[in-house]
Amino acid sequence: MREHRILPGYRLTLGITVGYLSLMVILPIIALVAQSTHIGFADYFHQISSKRFLTSIRLSVLTALAASVANGFIGFIIAWSLVRYSFPGKKIIDSMIDIPFALPTAVAGIALTTLYAQNGWVGSLLAHIGIKAAYTPLGIIIALSFVGIPFVIRSVQPVLIDFQKEIEDAASCLGASKGIIFRKILWPQIMPALISGVSLSFARGLGEYGSIVFISGNMPFKTEIVPLLIMTKLEQFNYAAASAIAMTFLTISFGIMLLINVFQAINRQKYVTK
Amino acid sequence: MQKQYAIETGDNKFSLIVFIGLTYFFVIVIFILPLLLVAQMAFEKGFQEYLRNIIENDTLQSIKLTIVTTLIATGLNTVFGIGAAWLITKYSFRGRNILLTIIDVPFSVSPVVSGMMFVLLFGANGWFGEILSANNIKIIFAVPGIILATTFVTLPFVVRELIPVMETIGKEFEEAAVCLGANGWNLLFKVTLPSIKWGLLYGVIICSARSMGEFGAVSVVSGHIRGVTTTVPLQVEMLYNEYRFTAAFSLASLLMCIAIITIVIKTVIEDKKVKSNSTNKKGSFNDKN
Repeated sequence: MREHRILPGYRLTLGITVGYLSLMVILPIIALVAQSTHIGFADYFHQISSKRFLTSIRLSVLTALAASVANGFIGFIIAWSLVRYSFPGKKIIDSMIDIPFALPTAVAGIALTTLYAQNGWVGSLLAHIGIKAAYTPLGIIIALSFVGIPFVIRSVQPVLIDFQKEIEDAASCLGASKGIIFRKILWPQIMPALISGVSLSFARGLGEYGSIVFISGNMPFKTEIVPLLIMTKLEQFNYAAASAIAMTFLTISFGIMLLINVFQAINRQKYVTK
Repeated sequence: MQKQYAIETGDNKFSLIVFIGLTYFFVIVIFILPLLLVAQMAFEKGFQEYLRNIIENDTLQSIKLTIVTTLIATGLNTVFGIGAAWLITKYSFRGRNILLTIIDVPFSVSPVVSGMMFVLLFGANGWFGEILSANNIKIIFAVPGIILATTFVTLPFVVRELIPVMETIGKEFEEAAVCLGANGWNLLFKVTLPSIKWGLLYGVIICSARSMGEFGAVSVVSGHIRGVTTTVPLQVEMLYNEYRFTAAFSLASLLMCIAIITIVIKTVIEDKKVKSNSTNKKGSFNDKN
């Protein structure tokens, strides 16, 4: 460990960084943890075992999952086309991918709700085939899909771009069919990136609030996701319940993300040792 | 034309048509339709109505509040961002990874929870609640709370943008400057900042755009007091919930324009970043490639 640092500014930047982070991040987190344990175990268990909370967790996880898996398919197709094919408008489409990332969630929320409502542009078409989108879990999935799809596309694109065409060509010369080339050469490289993108989309979907609050209708036990439930408790000034739910939700979210990271690490090992 | 593409990639015509066709379909439904809808709903009743909605008092106040909040949040996070990126990329020390994880916390926490943490700190029943009310200082349900919540949520943006840029450029230029006798501030302003200017610009822009659009966290701390503590996204929500759709979409279209401008600037900067990184690499001592 070098004691003498060549570049000046270590103490200053360390001070600024640690100070700012302590005030802005660590302090609020401590407050959250403290408040949620404040409420006492009996109350805590009462909150997190309530049917309303369990239903909302189930809804949050399942809709985020469905949206991310859908994004996996859709995002892969789009990323594949953008990297490997040329077609009119490709450059513009490539920049448009970032729209859900740049667009404020409230704008996305009202736009998607109006779009998929019974009398909306897409909603009316869906109504013809008997599908109701707005104010149902399907609407939530659609909104979460919108919000998370750039993560998938931007995770897969670099892998496809960096891919060395020579290997593909060599395999082709050696007689491999397109199917084999895809399965044995391309897919093992694409899959980790795809899973990474899908998990980012999933993580984003779990916590999403702004785009969902409009399209879901917020009906308890039907379309209430966890952030909405927390919001309701806060509006009732029930801070204890809100913190308990938030802490539990955060723990579950971090737990799932940890699992995904572990799974990815194992996968990477498998691929490397092959 | 089709034949040409097929030869390029070696993929057959059928998969080409399927993939490109699906891509067009998805892009139109997912990305383009919502934007068109916002524009259509905003101007449904004509341009006069659009302007009238924007300059309505509450709406105008919300625009002012959003601008002030964004300036402060982005300013603070930029100073922090430069300092933190400098710390992380120029030195090695124990706890570097912990720092990076902490910086990512605002990213991984749901916006509602973010706002809630500040209520728990500064709200009436919060840790500092009594001290604040004794001195008649209002943070929650007032403007300072909104600024705090927004600053928290957009904290990582500038740092995360700067770190890869500064890592790629490396320390050689600064170290050479130190050998030549430069002091810290000279290093910062004459060597580092010019070399990261595009990354910094993009970080500032994305931080601003996110600050303007932040909804969940601000929703929790604002109290939704019309004309006083509503930001633009909150005002959009309020108008929408009152069934004033044209007004809501008119205001939303402003945010949408900012989003589109952000994306355009990003595309322009990406081109510049690639060019400037490659010229930096040419002069670099390390051959990392």
